[in-house]
Amino acid sequence: MGPRTKLVLHRTLQAIPALVGVVVVSFILTRMLPGDPAAYFAGPAATEASIAEIRDAMGLNDPLPIQFLNYVRDLLGGDLGNSLSTGQPVVEELARRLPASLELTLTALILSCVIALPLGVAAAVHQGRWIDHACRSLVTAGVSLPTFFTGIVLVYVFYYLLGWAPSPLGRLDFVYLSPPEVTGFYVIDALLIGDVETAMGAVRQLILPASTLALFTLAPLARMARAAMLQALSSDYIRTARAAGLGEGQVVFGYAFQNAMLPVITTLGMVFSFMLGANVLVEKVFSWPGIGSYAVEALVVSDYAAVQGFVLAMAILFVLLNLTIDIIYTLVDPRTREG
Amino acid sequence: MTPGTQTMFLDVQDLSVTFSTRRGIVNAVRGVTFSLAKGETLGIVGESGSGKSVSSYAVMRILERSGRIAGGQITFDGIDLSSLTNREMRELRGREISMVFQNPRAALNPIRKVGHQIEDVLRRHARATRSTAKAQAIDALKAVRIEDPEKRYNAYPFELSGGMCQRVVIAIALACDPRLLIADEPTTGLDVTTQKVVMELLADLTKSRGMSSILITHDLGLAAEYCDRIVVMKDGQVVEAGDPKALFADPQDPYTRRLIRSTPRPGAQIGDLVEPPVPSPTRPVLGAPLLEVRSLRKVFGHGAEQSVAVDDISFDIREGETLGLVGESGCGKSTTSSMIMRLLDPTSGEILMDGRTMTDVPAAKFARDPRRGSLQMVFQDATDSINPRFTARQAISDPIRRLTDEKPAGRVEELAAQVGLPEALLDRFPHQLSGGQKARVGIARALASRPRLLILDEPTAALDVSIQAIVLNLLAELRADLGVSYLFVSHDLHVVRLLCDRVIVMRKGRVVEEGATESIMRAPTDPYTRSLLDATPIPPAALEPQGIGPERHSQATV
Repeated sequence: MGPRTKLVLHRTLQAIPALVGVVVVSFILTRMLPGDPAAYFAGPAATEASIAEIRDAMGLNDPLPIQFLNYVRDLLGGDLGNSLSTGQPVVEELARRLPASLELTLTALILSCVIALPLGVAAAVHQGRWIDHACRSLVTAGVSLPTFFTGIVLVYVFYYLLGWAPSPLGRLDFVYLSPPEVTGFYVIDALLIGDVETAMGAVRQLILPASTLALFTLAPLARMARAAMLQALSSDYIRTARAAGLGEGQVVFGYAFQNAMLPVITTLGMVFSFMLGANVLVEKVFSWPGIGSYAVEALVVSDYAAVQGFVLAMAILFVLLNLTIDIIYTLVDPRTREG
Repeated sequence: MTPGTQTMFLDVQDLSVTFSTRRGIVNAVRGVTFSLAKGETLGIVGESGSGKSVSSYAVMRILERSGRIAGGQITFDGIDLSSLTNREMRELRGREISMVFQNPRAALNPIRKVGHQIEDVLRRHARATRSTAKAQAIDALKAVRIEDPEKRYNAYPFELSGGMCQRVVIAIALACDPRLLIADEPTTGLDVTTQKVVMELLADLTKSRGMSSILITHDLGLAAEYCDRIVVMKDGQVVEAGDPKALFADPQDPYTRRLIRSTPRPGAQIGDLVEPPVPSPTRPVLGAPLLEVRSLRKVFGHGAEQSVAVDDISFDIREGETLGLVGESGCGKSTTSSMIMRLLDPTSGEILMDGRTMTDVPAAKFARDPRRGSLQMVFQDATDSINPRFTARQAISDPIRRLTDEKPAGRVEELAAQVGLPEALLDRFPHQLSGGQKARVGIARALASRPRLLILDEPTAALDVSIQAIVLNLLAELRADLGVSYLFVSHDLHVVRLLCDRVIVMRKGRVVEEGATESIMRAPTDPYTRSLLDATPIPPAALEPQGIGPERHSQATV
């Protein structure tokens, strides 16, 4: 086993305590939610006695440690319980909605990287010139506009006024059939069966919500890319590279950019987690059937199996994300491979 | 200029460089003229801010963004460099003119294998193809005498020592056989023995390849030893130029004279360093043993990764005595001073003050110990060791409030007067003070709790020689006035000789030699001490012609 594999394995093992923590916290958090699920489940016509009976049947009268053990046992069996409001198993609903959220988030992330990184690099290389000022304006706009507002403005302009975008109602216009599920990402699934038209339909639906999210995440990424590039460009090894006559392209991209990527990768991880949070609002505006809107609906009705499932899914996603960032970092920066 | 100008290899005429800053245009280099013949080594000496580095960056046209060549002409081998396009200039850099920098570890790309960094240059100048690059990079590493070059090829800079990194930087600079090498403080921050090795390597390589070179340095001894001709710069101007022997023996410019005067050198007394010379302060009468270090040992790490930083050392410091602690990086001198300062707990052994053990109180709790105030430290970097949000007054009064029962009012002014810091400066922040003033603040702060032992950790290493001379005199005066003992940690043997009564030489955690300063300097018994002395360049001594010579131990080279 090479030292890199060993390190990756080591980092992966370090994620396990975090996952255990996630399970405990998700359990405690949902038990602290206000509202009585038994009362909700029993319906408006229920009596005290029937509520008590339901509470008993749901195991809500057991001592907390017992409830926790039951919860862990169910969890290991892949059972997150049934949603109170829809009656569906939470696992199934999450499995259906998570890809929708991920498709949106990842598209937005890629979009924002594709714009933010070159912009930040260009702003640093041409510090004080027009591109730097353009970068600053975009960054300021990006942080100062709340996502639901940009979302609504985009819908108003591109759907209502210009009519370029399709109606902001979900992942696919009703004229298309959703493609058979492979990855859960509509664009990819449609392309897999060679259905370009459906793929294009899915892309059209994605553009506005993804742009909304991307605009929001552009700011931290571009800003960090610019700052990291400026720092890298003023460092001693760049002076050495220039003194050795290396071309401007190699100096900027080979030497400075590679070093500037390190803080950018860290920011990328943070930005991704912001996005998962910001998702909730964007999903609402665009009627996107993701887990964000699912969680909001569940919270409103104290549907705590669903909330618990959501919290758990998100937390696991965060842990995995951090793990990925950590591993990428380790692979890029040789200095972190020590010890 | 001299009539030979036409044939000069590098000819810089009336060069001016300006920087645009927030406070307006700064003229960093003003009408500098120097030239260099083929195969010659030119030394550019001067203190910080003299424009010596900026001039060479201007030759290379690698000034930072805010810098601009405002005037003058630079001719290299008959080519007017200012007429070249950026592209042509890039072709020239690395192939015709190369540069070696200060702080070699930072000068290398931290996340790229050193072998690849050499390949980048080789391939850039079409000296190698994809298939031959690796072999040629290894050859370049061999040329700078790196052992096991095949293995080092795959190393990252952080895995190499400072001296090793500098060899890699030299390998990069020389990979394409340039005809001119500019070395900008190539050995500043390296140990003396490493400095010696690196300088010899540079001298050998430039000579054997028939290259011309420019050595930019603040170290007169180094310049005198390695250069054929010297240019002295001050405030962006050349004040004097000529043959090093003649120039140092009979300096014409008052600045050159002052520079030579303030450089610590064998035979000089501490008072000789300042202009005008003052009688050296008297040394305090030595009293009873103040600090006793007994079989001190510090081990870091566990199991297989264990490393012994300090290995069974013992010594005493008497009241009023100054003990020098000398050694190269990694020898354990910082660990030792941290343990005496009670910032680190020793693994075993004992430290006693006035015959009473101090090591019974763990380091973590020592801050509240009543004896804490009798130990103080002055740090190497006067800038980084002062809280940037504290004024000088706050910095000095902080230990008064924390460690003594005295009132800061009045005491701060008294301390400022003691260290020669004008009262008007007390309300300034560190960034508004000069290097020498910050050093004074650092010393005043250390004296605030009326310590009996001051640990001076390379207190002048970051200062220019003229300021170092003043600070050293200040330390000697304070010692005479207050009777305080010093533990003076340093790598500069000339400075140690000026200030210390006794010296301890450390290597790999052990004391290899201990004794009276003069006898160790004159007749070292340990081969390591001898190699340290041999590696230390001897600065020129213009005003005391009898001072040079008998100190040199070249006959005892190891």
